[in-house]
Amino acid sequence: MDGQLPTVKTKSRRVDHLLISEMVARKARVLDVGCGDGELLELLAETRDVDGRGVEISREGVNSCVARGLSVIQGDADTDLINYPDQAFDYAILSLTIQATRNPRSVLEQLLRIGKHAIVSLPNFAHWASRLRFVINGRMPVTGSLPHSWYDSPNIHLCSISDFVALCDLIDARIERRVALDSYGQRIGLGIPHILQNLIGDQAVFLLTRRVGGR
Amino acid sequence: MSEQDQGIEASADVVPEGVRSSLHDRPVNGAGPLAGAGEVATFPETEPLPLDCGVPLGPFSIAYKTYGTLNADKSNAVLVCHALTGDQYCASENPVTGREGWWTTMIGPGKPVDTDRYFVICSNILGGCMGSSGPSMPNPKTGKPYGLDFPVITIADMVRAQVRLIDHLGIPDLFCVIGGSMGGMQVLDWAAKYPARVFTSVPIATAARHSSQNIAFHEVGRQAVMADPEWRRGRYLEEGTNPRKGLAVARMAAHITYLSEEALHRKFGRNLQAREVKTFSFDADFQVESYLRHLGMGFVERFDANSYLYITRAMDYFDLPAEFDGKLSNAFLNTPTRFCVVSFTSDWLYPTKENRSIVQALNAVAANVSFVEIDSDKGHDAFLLNEPEFLTTVGGFLNAAARRRGLPALHAAAG
Repeated sequence: MDGQLPTVKTKSRRVDHLLISEMVARKARVLDVGCGDGELLELLAETRDVDGRGVEISREGVNSCVARGLSVIQGDADTDLINYPDQAFDYAILSLTIQATRNPRSVLEQLLRIGKHAIVSLPNFAHWASRLRFVINGRMPVTGSLPHSWYDSPNIHLCSISDFVALCDLIDARIERRVALDSYGQRIGLGIPHILQNLIGDQAVFLLTRRVGGR
Repeated sequence: MSEQDQGIEASADVVPEGVRSSLHDRPVNGAGPLAGAGEVATFPETEPLPLDCGVPLGPFSIAYKTYGTLNADKSNAVLVCHALTGDQYCASENPVTGREGWWTTMIGPGKPVDTDRYFVICSNILGGCMGSSGPSMPNPKTGKPYGLDFPVITIADMVRAQVRLIDHLGIPDLFCVIGGSMGGMQVLDWAAKYPARVFTSVPIATAARHSSQNIAFHEVGRQAVMADPEWRRGRYLEEGTNPRKGLAVARMAAHITYLSEEALHRKFGRNLQAREVKTFSFDADFQVESYLRHLGMGFVERFDANSYLYITRAMDYFDLPAEFDGKLSNAFLNTPTRFCVVSFTSDWLYPTKENRSIVQALNAVAANVSFVEIDSDKGHDAFLLNEPEFLTTVGGFLNAAARRRGLPALHAAAG
């Protein structure tokens, strides 16, 4: 499955999954959009005892999820989220998926509508290694967390941590927590300025809510 | 729908003449009790079945087969709902045709619906012709076959009758209700109206309302039956005739809708049947013609023409959203049932779109639902065939649900 997924390394557990599971309250209702073969849903069921559901676009992913006993439907984040009622879940999660959607803004808005919280993890396109490759070689970056060549990449809407923060601002999403990880999967200290996180962060995880009544 | 035919893959090595005549020698179904009809539950006139058409039906009988053992908690019962021309012999030899059960890919020891683990109940639907009350059975008031005096029934009526059977068997709630095609309609009706009695439901290759196109196909079939002079306005059993030709044509037309262009082409192409050249006649020159004729003639030996009219009508009338203020999601508000919906890519009779609309309605009430579209070129019949991905998915879903329900796993096998 990992070959099918948009991005990032797999150890025994994906680091963004572990971070996400820390952000989820016990026994919560969770929707994982782009759930792949269900690794995160299974982790959340084991460690957080959640009532989990998933949406996955690939048939293979869905089949393996259902065969493992997870409640997953075959669907497309860009078109199928409108079918869910408002605030139906405590958390709507998009793990390393947003960069593969056709309309990240509307997907994120749907996420914030469906879930009381949204959790988004994303690869940081402004990581120093990507910047170097682009500036020095003049080529599209191919890195550990972005392993695809430009012509066969499912990642059609890559962004930096700062770009994502700007989108959150634009759609009135309040950032409750943000954690950036370096390329070794280590947390970058809270004291590090955001502009530096955007340079050394390989990926980031955000816990969001809808800002009540806008600004 | 064409389960007795086991789909094109299993049955289509074009049949020699000799085999055909042996099929003709099979006992004709129809009036009178069937030998080996399994068990029959009969409900007295004092406990009639209230039908949607307003008529109470009583007494009435439901014929059924069971497989496996009901556990002490009565928590492992699975109700299998059959399709248009199916019957209660889902996992064992059919005494009329001598053929193996119609869903042996799904049901049996070690199969996804594991009879070593679950207690499987399969009943002949109300209106059917394998021992349950239907137009070919004697009307208790006259002693003659009902014929068209049998009241017009609906999918909901079939399910009401199944509820009575489950009560009769002393089973408080079902671990699973599963079925494809018209069986899937019954599954949806169960889940919508008896949610507390359905732990999991598996509607397969089905729809929440019959489409205009599907009603149209059914009308062709019914007109073929009624245009046969031997139909005798439905009284053929009394008059000693049988509208075989009409029913066979209905079956031939319907069978095409159960397949796909790819499946037909792969199996037959334009191959000629037992001849080198075209005969310049209206013989069955092509293998595909021979195949359909054979299917049609085999079908009339085991199925009652009036039952075909009644059951297709029930399917046409099926419109679950209409029963819930026009909104399917209303049917599943606060449902405790876990759903697994399955469709097949090449099924154009109950296409993925129809199945997905069920999923969308379930999502709209945040129900617990899984949905898979299985890649198959075998058309609607795929649900009856050996489609490993499909069987694995259903097996996995049931396994996980069984764990949740506290049903003990089987030895080391479960996986």
